Amino acid sequence: MDLSLTEEQRLVQKTAADFARNEVAPLAAELDRSHRHPKELVARMAELGFLGIAVPEKYGGAGLDTVAYVLALEEISRACASTGVIMSVNNSLVCDPILKFGTEEQKERWLKPLAAGRMLGCFALSEPEAGSDAAAQKTLARRDGQGWVINGVKNWITNGPVADVCILHCMTDPPGPERGHKAISSFILPMNLPGVRCGPPDRKLGIRASQSCQIFLDEVRLGPEHLLGEVGQGFKIAMTTLDGGRIGIAAQAVGIARAAYEDAARYALQRRTFGQPIANHQSIQWKLADMATEIDAARLLTLQAAVLKDRGVRHTKESAMAKLFASEVANRAAREGVQIFGGNGYVEDYPAERHFRDAKITEIYEGTSEIMRMVIAGAILKE
Amino acid sequence: MDFDLSSEQQLVVETARAYAREHLLPRARERDEKEIFPEEELRALGRLGLLGVNVPESLGGSGAGVVAYALALSEIAAADASVSVAMAVTNMVAEVICAYGTEAQKRRYVPQLCSGEAVAGAFALSEPQAGSDAASLRTVAERTPNGFRLCGTKQWITSGDRAGVLVVWARTGASVGARGISAFIVPAGTPGLSAGRPEDKMGLRGSTTVPLVLDGCEVPDDALLGAEGEGFRVAMTALDGGRIGIGAQAVGVATAALEAALAYARQRRQFGRPIAEFQAIQNQLADAATQREAARLLVLRAALRKEQGLPFSREAAMAKLYASEMAGRVCDMAIQVHGGYGYVREFTVERLARDARVQRIYEGTSEVQRLVIARSLLKEFEDHVP
Repeated sequence: MDLSLTEEQRLVQKTAADFARNEVAPLAAELDRSHRHPKELVARMAELGFLGIAVPEKYGGAGLDTVAYVLALEEISRACASTGVIMSVNNSLVCDPILKFGTEEQKERWLKPLAAGRMLGCFALSEPEAGSDAAAQKTLARRDGQGWVINGVKNWITNGPVADVCILHCMTDPPGPERGHKAISSFILPMNLPGVRCGPPDRKLGIRASQSCQIFLDEVRLGPEHLLGEVGQGFKIAMTTLDGGRIGIAAQAVGIARAAYEDAARYALQRRTFGQPIANHQSIQWKLADMATEIDAARLLTLQAAVLKDRGVRHTKESAMAKLFASEVANRAAREGVQIFGGNGYVEDYPAERHFRDAKITEIYEGTSEIMRMVIAGAILKE
Repeated sequence: MDFDLSSEQQLVVETARAYAREHLLPRARERDEKEIFPEEELRALGRLGLLGVNVPESLGGSGAGVVAYALALSEIAAADASVSVAMAVTNMVAEVICAYGTEAQKRRYVPQLCSGEAVAGAFALSEPQAGSDAASLRTVAERTPNGFRLCGTKQWITSGDRAGVLVVWARTGASVGARGISAFIVPAGTPGLSAGRPEDKMGLRGSTTVPLVLDGCEVPDDALLGAEGEGFRVAMTALDGGRIGIGAQAVGVATAALEAALAYARQRRQFGRPIAEFQAIQNQLADAATQREAARLLVLRAALRKEQGLPFSREAAMAKLYASEMAGRVCDMAIQVHGGYGYVREFTVERLARDARVQRIYEGTSEVQRLVIARSLLKEFEDHVP
């Protein structure tokens, strides 16, 4: 057992922390208020190698590992959860499946620019009527000679309005030998193709600087070279990808929890009531102690899942545990953070209310807490 | 970074698990019901090297480190928490003598603690009026020509009536508070030392908890453990390590409760199918498994830091706080999953819930852990954060 970081991991963590503090944090409140996509920060993340951290260098990535990715993502999310999820989607949900399931040609053409940050990616699985029940896909890819013609609507597509490439999942027809989730396939979809249209950005409770939207697909034609993996492999690709994505969301949640906790601790040291800093009161100390304890536990669960992923071991249960636990920790920490700020926690002049709003999504996307519990229960009942 | 066990750690865990399942589990309920002190079992743990897991081999220990200790303790606790608490205190006493004792003290006391010859060690800090506020203890150690005479009363002393070796804290200086406190090694049978009637406890009924009376108990100069006046620090250092033990114990008890709930949920049928198929049950099991895993990692992290010689006081407090609170929730969940059967003695979870309850109290209440954590983290913010 060894919880130390390698030289490289430490360097990435420090680079991310410096970038987050000096460049991301000063913009976070304004980005939130304006719902603006932080184009300049994405460009800087590309320069720093943060958009393809675990992608080998020969494919344009930083050539590091999931542990390094998790460390960096926590730091970015601590400063701005919106910027964190932009990074998370590109790494976990776009680069990772192409790296794992793509052909050499696809890696050359798509992974290289995505990992290097010359392109930005999005991931389309959800639909208006297929959320937690992801296999209930209605979007359909119809055979058309060697290629495909695709029609349908995808929902909640983070980075959708600004993405160059989409990892699209949908039903295929003919579906191959089996129906249901085994009829789902994955495609690499360039967002500038005729028939691809983005809806207006969603007006969200939190992570407002991360833009998400519906994607409408109307007779979109794709050549056979756009199929990712095999026909019928799409559900497996999506689930494998989400096993990794959940580690990213867990790291984002740890970052949000840390933001809530650190801001509250600092406030508690300077805010005075009854003649002393409120940090001297046991009621406040208790909250801070619980927040810090749970944050450490959430980080350990996240790192454990990351280590397993780096080793190529199945980590479905561990990712789900990390995501479930960290997202709930983020919400408790954010709620207590607002409470420690009192009235100041309820207004935009202080960051506590943003953390509170940003935390909520971590219990929902890339698998709700309810789905996480199903995944975990399924795993432990089988053991 | 990796979360793997070394082959030595694996071996210690497997030794503990095999002994726990084959020899402890079958009679755990009987020991609980009849309040049987596990003397033979403790001697057996000594023979297996489990009473000095983190004690150097040269002093009769296993020299296997703190991570191995925590894991072994979890295994023993999963079978019988009463045995595990005596094991934990014995390891703690052996370790504190290793850390602060003279060569002669180490040679005299540590091997008999590790081997099981002393049966158990006891740690006598609390008093009727000094619990969380340990520095307010009133037992006095008066100078005599050859040593000290101890007078006072100790409370809640685990294995206090069975231990061959006790460490007793008393006030040597006139000053109040932490500064005037010293620690003494007192062998069982020293005249003037007597144990009161064992407490009739809610749980851990196989372990004994007694008040101790020190009525002019005379000990020689070389009974002093550490320097005079250093006792409070000795106690706090020992408790930092001890909290890793209680965290590990909590993980062990919670694991037993979770496994019992999983097994029961799979075989219990209602509405035509196993209750494990209902989301209402699955959600409880999933939360319990997740929180148990979080606690296990916090315990292992604290153990690893101690093993590596890094500061671990805050981490140990976090592990103890989270794990003990988690164990309370998980045992309660396990009773709920068992329904009425969880409320009766035929099923283990009833005992587990009683055994888990004290983990939030002893070796520093949850309230004290939060104070330790808060002080440590606020200091960090004051020192380092702009």
